[in-house]
Amino acid sequence: MFREKTTEPLWWGLFSAGGVIAAFLVPIHVIIAGFAVPLNWISDPGILYRSWLVRIYLFVLISLPLYHWAHRFYFAVNDMQLGIPRKPLALLCYGGAVVGTLVAGWVLARL
Amino acid sequence: MSAVQPDKSKLYHRQVPATWWLKKSTYFLFMLRELSSLFIALFLVLYLVQLYQLTDGPQAYVAFAHKLSSPGWLLFHLVVLLFALYHSFTWFQSTAVILVLRIGDRVIPREIVTALNIGAWGLISLVILVLFLALKG
Repeated sequence: MFREKTTEPLWWGLFSAGGVIAAFLVPIHVIIAGFAVPLNWISDPGILYRSWLVRIYLFVLISLPLYHWAHRFYFAVNDMQLGIPRKPLALLCYGGAVVGTLVAGWVLARL
Repeated sequence: MSAVQPDKSKLYHRQVPATWWLKKSTYFLFMLRELSSLFIALFLVLYLVQLYQLTDGPQAYVAFAHKLSSPGWLLFHLVVLLFALYHSFTWFQSTAVILVLRIGDRVIPREIVTALNIGAWGLISLVILVLFLALKG
């Protein structure tokens, strides 16, 4: 119990930061990557991802909302009372976000 | 810490059915808002998978983007967009509750703080679009 209580501000801070990033930045990226580029409204040969600044931006864009998901999904599934034990669920959610962060960093560094 | 925890066996727990959030529209909207984070995360993971194609060269990346023009993926992105917009709107609304702005002694109404957030969101979205168009090559 004690450890959970001391790490909660960290997870909440990441949740909050991820919520801000998701709210302000994600919709336009869905429009660009989900509609404009696939439907050829905009051609994207992938050149801009060579820039380190763009990659750092994308690292923030992709990683922080994962913590936002972890926090909301963990509590939503708990609230749904589906009988899923809390500890493995927390590990899956917050652990998943950490793994996602590492994978995002690895992928973006390799581009 | 465990010493101050009450004995769980002596706590009263009201039984709540697993479908409680389907019983009232406000509960349902709350759950939709919470689940918006899942669709946003799925989109970002898919975007990362698309970016990963660049390690096989630009052709692989373009081919992957072209695959996303199928009706199924367009529907997926439409659902993601609706959830993302719902998240943005509800986030700006709750920001207005937490962030109390004042001019002198007067508190700025929440609706105006929400509107300012939406304005900033529109401006930021436009800047990202313009930067994308300028840098895409």
